[in-house]
Amino acid sequence: MKTSLDTIKLNTSVKIKSLNCTGSLKRRLLDFGLVEGAIITPVLLSPAGELIAYEVRGTIIAIRIEDTKNIYVA
Amino acid sequence: MLFNKNIEKINSANYTIALVGNPNVGKSTIFNALTGMHQHTGNWPGKTVENASGICNYKNKNYRLIDLPGTYSLMSHSEEEEIARNCICFGKSDALLIVVDATCLERNLNLVYQSLEITPNVILCVNLLDEAKRKGININLDLLSKRLGIPVVGTIAKSKKTLKSLMSQVENICTKKIHLSPIKLNYGVAIEESIEILEPLIHKQLTNAHSYLARWISIKLIEGDAKILTSISEQLNINLSSNEILKALNLVYSRLEKSNIKKETFNDKIISEIFFNAEMLAKSVCSYNKGSYSNIDRKADKILTSKKYGIPIMLLFLGLIFWLTIVGANYPSELLSSFFAYIQEKLLSFLNYIGSPAWLTSLLIDGVYSTLTCVIAVMLPPMAIFFPLFTILEDLGYLPRIAFNLDKFFKKACASGKQALTMCMGFGCNAAGVVGTKIINSPREKLIAILTNCFVPCNGRFPFLITIATIFFGGIAGGFSSSIIATIVVLLVIVLGVFMTLIVSKLLSKTILKGLPSSFTLELPPYRKPKILEVIVRSIFDKTIFVLGRAISIAAPAGLVIWLFANIQINDISILTYVANFFDPFGKLLGLDGYIITAFILGLPANEIVLPIILMSYAKTGTLLHLENLADISQILIENGWTLLTAINIMILSLLHFPCGTTLMTIKKETGSLKWTVLSFIIPSICGIILCMVTTAIWNIVQI
Repeated sequence: MKTSLDTIKLNTSVKIKSLNCTGSLKRRLLDFGLVEGAIITPVLLSPAGELIAYEVRGTIIAIRIEDTKNIYVA
Repeated sequence: MLFNKNIEKINSANYTIALVGNPNVGKSTIFNALTGMHQHTGNWPGKTVENASGICNYKNKNYRLIDLPGTYSLMSHSEEEEIARNCICFGKSDALLIVVDATCLERNLNLVYQSLEITPNVILCVNLLDEAKRKGININLDLLSKRLGIPVVGTIAKSKKTLKSLMSQVENICTKKIHLSPIKLNYGVAIEESIEILEPLIHKQLTNAHSYLARWISIKLIEGDAKILTSISEQLNINLSSNEILKALNLVYSRLEKSNIKKETFNDKIISEIFFNAEMLAKSVCSYNKGSYSNIDRKADKILTSKKYGIPIMLLFLGLIFWLTIVGANYPSELLSSFFAYIQEKLLSFLNYIGSPAWLTSLLIDGVYSTLTCVIAVMLPPMAIFFPLFTILEDLGYLPRIAFNLDKFFKKACASGKQALTMCMGFGCNAAGVVGTKIINSPREKLIAILTNCFVPCNGRFPFLITIATIFFGGIAGGFSSSIIATIVVLLVIVLGVFMTLIVSKLLSKTILKGLPSSFTLELPPYRKPKILEVIVRSIFDKTIFVLGRAISIAAPAGLVIWLFANIQINDISILTYVANFFDPFGKLLGLDGYIITAFILGLPANEIVLPIILMSYAKTGTLLHLENLADISQILIENGWTLLTAINIMILSLLHFPCGTTLMTIKKETGSLKWTVLSFIIPSICGIILCMVTTAIWNIVQI
């Protein structure tokens, strides 16, 4: 059973296992340092709840929730 | 003039330095401090989207600095990354200055490692040291320099001393005083062996000047990105598809396969290695005094983006800015008006004294002078106040939070969440907003953002909205409550503009620009203390010069045209009356009149002149114009039959009509297509016309 990033509660740190996405989104996520083994922490929910901001490598990156479903964590 | 001088200087530069860095690390601030130029800066990723270049003189040598757009990587996924990569690779720069943010070194090191593969002549500038200190982060710069094998300079953009030591390192590299052998990342046995197979084959094709690139080209060959490879072989004039290389490449792939690295995952492996090294390096050079240094930022974010308060606070911020503008603009406006009236009298008596004919006096005073001074007195003060206030909000880092708050709406409209950022830029200037759409990666979403950018009123239209809102809603008597009412009215206009942006974006997505919203990531930068004093001085100064320039180049000729229109008579009726009469039925349909329509059309070169033209046109039909204050303007408008409906509709039309000439030209340049330029003209105009017709119809029904 794979755990995806969208199921992680706020302020809980997890490790990235794999990115199950392609194209520009994948490259963008890699640019931000979301590679295997990186530690990522959800810290903020947008007002409408469809964007989640994550702390990763000392920066804050917001990702749309449907995209986080394809980021597997452990 | 100034421009030519710069070009001349650039040609005489001794060395060329390229500036790269992640978005929003203060690159432009460093650039400005070194060159003395005034690139607009702001705290959000993507602020610099076009290359700027300037000259820095250090020890009697001229260094040409090129400020490249911010980029996270050099793997060329987007336009700006390609620009940056090509400039570093093939741009013949003597040195590369990489600016990194001291508060998040780890992420920034990715770009550093990638750059070091392309050129050894790198100076690392660890910027925002003051911010890092505030957050309790200490960076061991010497160790960082030793580990990377390149000079490292810590900078604080405000501190001249740090900039000087930066330039002295730049000098060392350009004059070859020091030779660098930066570290090469080890990507693991399998990959390193593969690189070793390819490197000599590429090396022998390269000239000495490019021999450093052999390793990087080998990596790119294995990665197999056709776009990069084509530009490499074209730019360096080498053959990357020779039998020899293809054979070696096959060997490489089969070897990598054995180590469980596929062609598709090769790139991931490379990036993982880079970040692994970045993490290690950051850990060894950074020390933290405080536990979690971003606690205050997170607390602020919790409130500013909360479900309950996020959007109300956003409106409150905007409202506060409008209110300060409305209240603050009044006094300088009146001061300027009376000053200009005084000068006008002096000019009149001077012209009488030298015996100028009556028509010439009237042309110069009633035509050129009045329009010019009206633009300056009525339009300039609000512009000069609004702009710096908005810039402070921008410097603080609040704009990405607006995008964060509004993403849902843009997603529903099948547009990019970053459109909120370009929309905000439109408040300053729609042309700037259109240029800013480069930060949107999807071409479809970028076009939507371009076509809808003028739905937010730019700085040139603001004062117009404020004046009308104050006269017809707030009441000219002034006082606290009237300024509050005027603020609310302006705020409603903005909300209408945002609403129209979303509706039109949605319509475009369902018709001519069909498509689903693409994925999107947004960086929320740390809050920074705005350079308040600097911003105020800078933007008042810059804005004033800019508006004065435009006033002279556009308002003065427009005044002349209007005067001629009003005074050249055919069959005892002036051309202006002819034109206005022609447009009158159409104007009436919109609850306006022919003069207003004429003014909007003549206002195409610059929105600032619409209100002055309306006033001039009315004045031509009556007595000579004296605009001392809002009461005078109000009187003229009401005498010419303006009602509450006229005020509402003219505000709607000001919000929703074709973009100004400059913006249209920018759209043409950005889209490279006449079709989209024409559409960007037609779409807002139609929206405005329909909306005005509806309000007029409703008004008429209610009146009966």
